[in-house]
Amino acid sequence: MLNASLMSATPPHNIIDIQKIREQFPALHQHVHGKPLIYLDNAATTQKPQAVLNALAHYYQHDNANVHRGIHTLASRATAALETTRHSTQQFIRAADAAEIIFTAGTTASINLVAAAYGQAQVQAGDEVIISHMEHHANIVPWQMLCQAKKATLKVIPIRDTGELLLPTLEKLLTPKTKIVAISYVSNTLGTINPLKEVIQQAHAHGAIVVVDGAQAAPHLPIDVQDLDCDFLAFSAHKAYGPTGVGVLYGKRALLEDMPPYQGGGEMVREVTLAHTTYNDLPYKFEAGTPNIAGIIAWQEALNFIRQIGYKNLRAHEDELLTHALDLLGNLDKVRIIGTAPNKIGMLSLIIEGVHHLDAGMLLDANGIAVRTGHGCTQPLMDFFGIEGVIRASFAIYNTKEEVEQLAAGIARIVQQKT
Amino acid sequence: MKKIVLPTISAIQEEIIGEFQTLEGDRERMLTYIMDLGEQLAPMDTLYKNEHNTIQGCMSKVWLTYTRQEDRLFFEGDSNTAITKGLISLLLRVLSGQTAEEIIHANLYFVGKIGMTQLIGSQRSSGFANMVKEMKLIAIAQKAERGA
Ligand SMILES: Cc1ncc(COP(=O)(O)O)c(C=O)c1O
Repeated sequence: MLNASLMSATPPHNIIDIQKIREQFPALHQHVHGKPLIYLDNAATTQKPQAVLNALAHYYQHDNANVHRGIHTLASRATAALETTRHSTQQFIRAADAAEIIFTAGTTASINLVAAAYGQAQVQAGDEVIISHMEHHANIVPWQMLCQAKKATLKVIPIRDTGELLLPTLEKLLTPKTKIVAISYVSNTLGTINPLKEVIQQAHAHGAIVVVDGAQAAPHLPIDVQDLDCDFLAFSAHKAYGPTGVGVLYGKRALLEDMPPYQGGGEMVREVTLAHTTYNDLPYKFEAGTPNIAGIIAWQEALNFIRQIGYKNLRAHEDELLTHALDLLGNLDKVRIIGTAPNKIGMLSLIIEGVHHLDAGMLLDANGIAVRTGHGCTQPLMDFFGIEGVIRASFAIYNTKEEVEQLAAGIARIVQQKT
Repeated sequence: MKKIVLPTISAIQEEIIGEFQTLEGDRERMLTYIMDLGEQLAPMDTLYKNEHNTIQGCMSKVWLTYTRQEDRLFFEGDSNTAITKGLISLLLRVLSGQTAEEIIHANLYFVGKIGMTQLIGSQRSSGFANMVKEMKLIAIAQKAERGA
């Protein structure tokens, strides 16, 4: 049962004022089924601060114009704002060059772009692509498709029961035929932070490039693509307080230069005749068609939000929530925690013995608590643990210890009533 | 031959509506009640939990089989989640044992009366509608077979 003394523990003095932060998020202030909303599905998508919402509206109200195409005032305002965001995104992940930042629709679109364009050009029959057992479907299926089309082999880095990579096996998996290692920085189901630098160094030593799925890293960890030395990095704005429909693909300039275009259309071309087309420079070569202008411009505000808080504070707060959740739920009878790596972000997946996760999710929702239930787009990982799905609570900067206590109480009630 | 005497479809629906009224619209109590009904439902023999008996378009896994006695249809159902099992249990209570004719024309007004859509959400509701549709299709097929 829940320990009463843990429930009432006084929070240590915080450097950041969570209540002030919460005020910036209008969607948090509502009731669901008559109960105050407790939003713990942040790994699926975070709520958006008012500044992001304002930027979306402001663009459509004042600056709406297509980018890179017109010489009129609105077009140049929109273009300038979009390019400013590109530079901020470059700084956000410490890329060497803004031309290495390609805007896409999201992580999925970014990974597919690399698999299709780089894979098309570089992977031949008999070659190998390596992924890990903990990948999101978005970092599995595009590689399966590529391997199938090219008659290449897909290999998998196994994991431990704790939800950590079995790193020593990587050395054995890598061969001169390995062209690509595609791996997540942070697992979206386990929260595990993978030892990326080691993976990248090993892959490079064997001549393979590394594609990083950074979808769950961007909201929680400072990313330095030059320090990591990754070749490609994909992430989504909407998981890091930004709007939906905006993603980023970072690629090393030399690789992007060599890579054939992915989609053809406007924006990505320099000159088109009916016989022949020459392509535009980076990054436009990979940005065919009108992008999500409003979303990209508003993403700037999410970047500002994260910078103002700082990753140190973010991590400290989310770690505190995780520790509190583990104190309350870690030893609860009938509750099994899935993902116990020592190095993980503020995320807790669990199963309740004898209770289906969908049933538990419905009961939590009846109490205003939003969690993810299901396989989390990581079915191979579910197979590894021999389960069908999990209940996942994932924390963001605006979550509170009281909310974690409500979650724990909700789960304890389900255990009590239903097992 | 023993004649089967069953309450009518409307009588059973009134009973269910009455039971839900005692829960006073409390979401958690309603869900728990449905889950309890699900837990009381006799589990289906795994033999019948096959592809053929699976109902498509449900969030949970749902299996449905039936037997016929004269013009009456007896359904059996199961699911991997307690809530869906509870929903199946409600449906079986209303429709199982009725004649094909009655099942085909059944107006399941209790669904609206107990606020099922608000309770289980639109995705599950469409799964529930699929279950009803499946039972009606079975009834139509059986009626046609008997008529032929
Ligand atoms: C690790 C990981 N990769 C990829 C994705 C796909 O992101 P999106 O749906 O924004 O393309 C997600 C989101 O669920 C994720 O968590």
